[in-house]
Amino acid sequence: MSPPPRLSEAEDRQRRAATRNGWLLSAPALVLLFIAASGPLLIVLVYSFLTPGKYGDVSWEFSTSGWVGILFSRDIFDDTLKLADAHLTIFWRSVKLSLLTTAITFALGFPTAWFIATRPPKARALWLFLITIPFWTNLLIRTFAITEIIRNEGILNKVLLAIGVIAAPLRIMNTDTAVLIGMAYVYLPLMVLPLFAAIDRFDMRLLEAGYDLYASRMQVLRHVILPIVRPGIVAGSILVFVPSLGAYVTPRVLGGGKNMMIGNFIELQFGQGRNWPLGAALSIALLIVVMLAMLIYVRAATKEDTPHG
Amino acid sequence: MADRSFEVSRLPGFAFTAVTVFLALYLPIFTLVFFSFNAGSVLSVWQGWSLRWYVEAWQNDVVKGAAMRSLLIAASASAIATTLATMAAIGTTRRRRFRGQTAIYAFINQPLMVPEIVTAVALLIFFGVIKSWTGYQGLGYLILAHSAFCVPFAYLPIRARLEGMDLSLETAAADLYASPWQAFRHVTLPLLAPGIAAGAMLAFVISLDDVVITEFVKSAGQDTLPTYMLGQLRRTLTPEVNAISTALLVLTVLLLTAFFLVNRKKD
Repeated sequence: MSPPPRLSEAEDRQRRAATRNGWLLSAPALVLLFIAASGPLLIVLVYSFLTPGKYGDVSWEFSTSGWVGILFSRDIFDDTLKLADAHLTIFWRSVKLSLLTTAITFALGFPTAWFIATRPPKARALWLFLITIPFWTNLLIRTFAITEIIRNEGILNKVLLAIGVIAAPLRIMNTDTAVLIGMAYVYLPLMVLPLFAAIDRFDMRLLEAGYDLYASRMQVLRHVILPIVRPGIVAGSILVFVPSLGAYVTPRVLGGGKNMMIGNFIELQFGQGRNWPLGAALSIALLIVVMLAMLIYVRAATKEDTPHG
Repeated sequence: MADRSFEVSRLPGFAFTAVTVFLALYLPIFTLVFFSFNAGSVLSVWQGWSLRWYVEAWQNDVVKGAAMRSLLIAASASAIATTLATMAAIGTTRRRRFRGQTAIYAFINQPLMVPEIVTAVALLIFFGVIKSWTGYQGLGYLILAHSAFCVPFAYLPIRARLEGMDLSLETAAADLYASPWQAFRHVTLPLLAPGIAAGAMLAFVISLDDVVITEFVKSAGQDTLPTYMLGQLRRTLTPEVNAISTALLVLTVLLLTAFFLVNRKKD
């Protein structure tokens, strides 16, 4: 009679079975995601190193023109490279509007999240539901909705004209301001929800301690509240900044054709621009910037796990 | 210090800002809904209540086609994504931790991290090649693309539900000589049902809302409601778009309310 398998051996077998079953059960989802989400990104990378085809698409010759084209354009007459001002304008607009959107949503979102978190439990669920509805509502519909407000004949102008603040309607549509208002409007819930989650865990007794030590409200806010809810601030900022940077619908609807952001610029290369390698290179570049932002987020979030002071 | 009756959690101006934010959040949506019932065709001039634009949208074959396509894609993508996400969630929670678990988790959530426009471009290129190879131009591409980006939205609530569930019930079933399949079918699945329903609803809403990826993947004549509405922007905007938006909005709110009711029961 053979001796019973040692415990470690049995455990080892169990562990291997667990690994196998885990992978087997996850496999269909992973395959689907590889085919229709992650895998095609590799093709984009390949395309970014090819030569533009005459009528769109690519011809299969290696070229770095896509990547060079991000920053430089070739002079049609003497073929020299020079900085492409138009591209830089678009990048600067994207970064500027994304940062401003993040700042505005934080300035408005923090008091909102604080307000929700300090309601009694029943009311809190309702307020939270009210912030969640816009979050799940179609982004395009919300963009249309904000259009109703800021159009030349929109509510905002009607009210301002009626109370005599302005003499002629403000022309907001098709400007950077319109895009900024629109993005702040559609991405606000993305800021409020993680801030709420952080504030919800905040121990309000710390405030009493602060006030007992004669701290003013501003001091309590700066030195007690903000440092502790920092993970929520970082999460909210990333959640707003990343989709702002890649925004496509909002700048297209509110910015008109002229006030493009990176997302629209990428689309242009696959449409009228007929420069697929440039579009591919821009996509990969955008992806890299977003991944770096995520990395900063993960680092900031894990650093926060260590106990305070 | 007798009169120290102030609320510690109150911060000056916060409540006012919050209420203003809520008003600003809902005013545009209510305006849009309100004007969808406008009798006149000028967007911002109120000419009395009417269901005219709902009737016109309903009688517009292009809109009806887009609506049916939206629902078909959302239902298929939600079914596929929820099935695969349920399997993956069970694979990554109901057992001891195993090697690669974190990698699976990251891979499943990947669509949440990549900007939509980048995925859209990638699928435009990839499906373009497949389309020219196979000649197949059908809705399959849209269903496939939607299924993929819906997976994390279905996965997260299912996984959350599984993590809150007690493993001892399945152990008890196994002790009573239930096969793994019987234990799953009669113990795990019924307990997991609310999570699956929640995941399916979120996936449905997310698919229904998608604009960017659909815009890049669709072949000619495959407009969904959102891409149809985006296309209308080039022409003069009619209140018809408001009516369609309102209909979609109502559907979303109904699904979300159902989601919250389903989720609340677990407490």
